[in-house]
Amino acid sequence: MDNKNSNLQAEIVRMSGVNPRKCMRCGKCSATCPAYDEMEYHPHQFVYMVENGELEPLMKSKSIYKCLTCFACVDRCPRGVEPAKLVEAVRLAVIRQQGKNHLKPEDIPPIVDEDLPQQAIVTAFRKYAK
Amino acid sequence: MKVSYFPGCTLKTHAKDLDTYARKCAEILGITLEEIEEWQCCGGAFTTAKNESATKLSSVRALKAAKDKGQALVTVCSACHNVIKQTNYTMATDAEVRMKVNNYMAPEEPYAGETQVYHYLELIRDVVGFDKVREKVVNPLKGQKIGAYYGCLLLRPNSVMKMDDPENPQIIEDLIRALGATPVVYPYRNECCGGYTVIEDPEFAGRKSKIITESAKGHGVDRLVTACPLCKYNLVKNGSEVPVVYFTELMAEALGVKEMA
Repeated sequence: MDNKNSNLQAEIVRMSGVNPRKCMRCGKCSATCPAYDEMEYHPHQFVYMVENGELEPLMKSKSIYKCLTCFACVDRCPRGVEPAKLVEAVRLAVIRQQGKNHLKPEDIPPIVDEDLPQQAIVTAFRKYAK
Repeated sequence: MKVSYFPGCTLKTHAKDLDTYARKCAEILGITLEEIEEWQCCGGAFTTAKNESATKLSSVRALKAAKDKGQALVTVCSACHNVIKQTNYTMATDAEVRMKVNNYMAPEEPYAGETQVYHYLELIRDVVGFDKVREKVVNPLKGQKIGAYYGCLLLRPNSVMKMDDPENPQIIEDLIRALGATPVVYPYRNECCGGYTVIEDPEFAGRKSKIITESAKGHGVDRLVTACPLCKYNLVKNGSEVPVVYFTELMAEALGVKEMA
C-alpha cells in the first residue's frame, strides 16, 4: 500500500470509529442488509476491503449510494463492528472531494411529485452531497 | 406538563396530520407541546462520521433551546427523532465533537447532552402512561386490526435510541391496544422501506416497500400506522393495498379529536 492510500485508509477508519479487525467474517451484516441485491460490494466486504486497504474499488462503486443507513447491520453484528459507519466513511471520502457530489439541485425538479415529502430531499442531499 | 417540541420540516407541509393530531392528543393527555422558536431542519439523517460537526448544529440548537427552558425535547417524526437523539448522545459522549460544536456556537454554558429527548410514543408510554390513554378513549377502535410499522429509524441503533426491543418492539402495539384496537404483528414491521433512495432509485425503494405492505396484508392488517412521513410516502406510492395512516391520526380517532381537525 502506498502512502497516500495508507493515509486515506487511516482517515476512513478514524472518521468511522470502526475497528475492522474485530470482524469474525460471519456475514450476518450482509445477510440482513436490505440493500444487498443492489450492491456490488456488500457490508462484510466493506469491512475486509477497508482493512486490506482496497479503497479504490469501494470508492468507485455504486454500493456507497445504496446503503440505507437503516442500522440493521450495526444492531445485528455479533461483534459490534458497525459496518454502516464504514460505508458512510467511504462515501464521505468521495463526496467531500471538489466536484464529486452525487446529487445536484438540478436533479430534483424532474423527480418531484406533489406527495414527495421534504424529508426525502433533505436526507438524500445529506447522504449524497457536500 | 409542558415540553419543548421539534416538529421538523415535513410536519409543516406534507405531514400536517402527524403534527396537528399530535398536538390535539397531547392536550387531551395533559401535555402541552411548546414549539421551539426558530427551529431548523434536522437534515433528515444523522451523519455518523466522527469528524463532522456542522451537520449536528441544528439539532444542538434545538436541544439547547429545550435545556434553557428546563424542558424535555419531544419529536414525532421518526427521522427528526433519530437525528436529534443520536446528536444528543454524541454531545454527551464524544469530547471532540462536543468541543467543536461548543467552540462554534459559543454558548454561555457548554452544551453536553443534558436534555432529555423523547419520541412522542415514549412520552406517552413513560410519562403519560397507556392507562391514562385508555381512560381518555371515547371511540374505542373495536375490531380493527392495526399493524405497527416501525421501520428503521425509531429503533436503531438500539444502543442510542433505547426505545424498545429493536427485534421485537411492543410500544406501538401497546398504544394500539390502549386505543381499543387489535395489534397485528407481522414479520417486516421493523425493516427499512427504502427511505431516501427513492430520490435516485424509486424501483429499489418500491421493492422494499412492497415486501412490507404485502407482509402486512398477508397477516390480515386492516390499516398500517407509522411515525415517519417518508415511510408513509414509500408504502403508499408503491401500491399498498392496506391504508397507511400516522399513529397520531389513529389516536385522534379514538380520543375523539379527529373530526375537529
